[in-house]
Amino acid sequence: MSTSIEVWIAALLTLGILSFLYKDNPFYKVSESIFIGVSAAYWFVYMIYNVIKPNLIVNLRMGQWWYAFAGILGIMMLLRLVPKIGWLSRWAVAFMIGTGAGLNFIVYLQSNVMKQIKGTLVPLNSIGNIVMIVGVVTGLIYFFFSAEHKGLFGGAAKVGIWFIMVSFGASFGYTVMARISLLIGRMHFLFSDWLRLLH
Amino acid sequence: MRILEKTMVLDRRIIFLLIAVAVVVPLFIPFHLKMHPTPASQGLYDAVEKLSKGSTVIISGEYDPGTAPEIQPMVKGALKHCFRKGIKVILMGLWPQGPALEAQALQEVLEETEFEEMNLQYGQDYVNLGYKAGGQVVIQSMGTSIPATFPTDMAGTPIEELSLMKEIRNFDDITFILDFSAGDPGTPFWVMFAHDRFHVPMASGCTAVSAPMLYPYLQTGQLAGLLGGLKGAADYEWLTKSPGTGIQYMPSQSIAHLVIVIFIILGNIAFFVTRKKGER
Repeated sequence: MSTSIEVWIAALLTLGILSFLYKDNPFYKVSESIFIGVSAAYWFVYMIYNVIKPNLIVNLRMGQWWYAFAGILGIMMLLRLVPKIGWLSRWAVAFMIGTGAGLNFIVYLQSNVMKQIKGTLVPLNSIGNIVMIVGVVTGLIYFFFSAEHKGLFGGAAKVGIWFIMVSFGASFGYTVMARISLLIGRMHFLFSDWLRLLH
Repeated sequence: MRILEKTMVLDRRIIFLLIAVAVVVPLFIPFHLKMHPTPASQGLYDAVEKLSKGSTVIISGEYDPGTAPEIQPMVKGALKHCFRKGIKVILMGLWPQGPALEAQALQEVLEETEFEEMNLQYGQDYVNLGYKAGGQVVIQSMGTSIPATFPTDMAGTPIEELSLMKEIRNFDDITFILDFSAGDPGTPFWVMFAHDRFHVPMASGCTAVSAPMLYPYLQTGQLAGLLGGLKGAADYEWLTKSPGTGIQYMPSQSIAHLVIVIFIILGNIAFFVTRKKGER
């Protein structure tokens, strides 16, 4: 068994969180509260030393005064905590949305629309290509609501639903895999690092 | 019939217990599973394999301790693969905890005898630039100037003092990008900016949850390869002949999946049988 106090704390908190699977209990509540409190404090300090200091303070000290605008926008964002002048935070939000949209718009269109359309324009010379094209076309038909889903159009929409269901199933399968992987990681920690029963 | 009826009202804690047993027992009684790497995993391996000695690769970490069981084995695999091929590595991250976890993976790799003997030097064979806030803006900025985006490394050393970084100006000097991502900001931004805008070839390793969203990039060739979740990590370990936690966890993963599949089938049979009975 480990003699490290850090490992013991981590192990007991892991058990505390997992105990919720049995039922809600004080041990879980304490672990959850510790997690929230420690996370908030950690992120607060981390952001000061890794975001505000290197990106703002250091640049201002180097005489790059135009970084003060970014600082002012940051303060304006926090002003939503003061109801009387909270409206000023909208300017900072507007700036972020404007730059974000401008930066992303063309690139997003190029990478996620144009390239994907190009990637779908393939010859019908393999089962994989045929399945992909049928899936894309019928999936799009399903999301076309300007015409009633009846007759041939309705049939194609139904095929589209099947493709969408298969993709949901694949996503669910991957999600299960991810959650089980995390559980394995925690179990390995408990039996290896804490109890030292595994090598 | 009564068994099926009981399945419908089964206490969920029994399922939790069975999943726990399915996960823990294979950790104690490991068994060998033959790996069959997916074409997506093979694509990433082949892309790195094609890089020549002296190439410079960026390994970016967008993950945290919560997703480390899936991503950390991939990062270790990538570091081993690159070092064996004499590729220079630039570590960085768009998530605050990514570079710290990458540093941990690097430390574990360097402590292995094979890599200890290579006498790899910080600043010459590899560097860790640390975390930079800003997501896509950081990638965009790196396309113009990497030294301006990262004036210092993770430890605060000025970038001009690191010999590896002396010849690196922007993405033109980067041969390949390996992005290990657990969410946003992550692989989609690297694809949009580094690959599509600055034309740097890249591949990705991601959590299983994000994999379905990234497969379209593989189909279009925007990604050379993709490691999806723990299976992807195990594939990569198998391909690089460096068994680690990816391969070690696969028996637990497989048995747990089997238990879940059995419960899904049983649940559905029970649902349809009891519904039919109710209709009568």
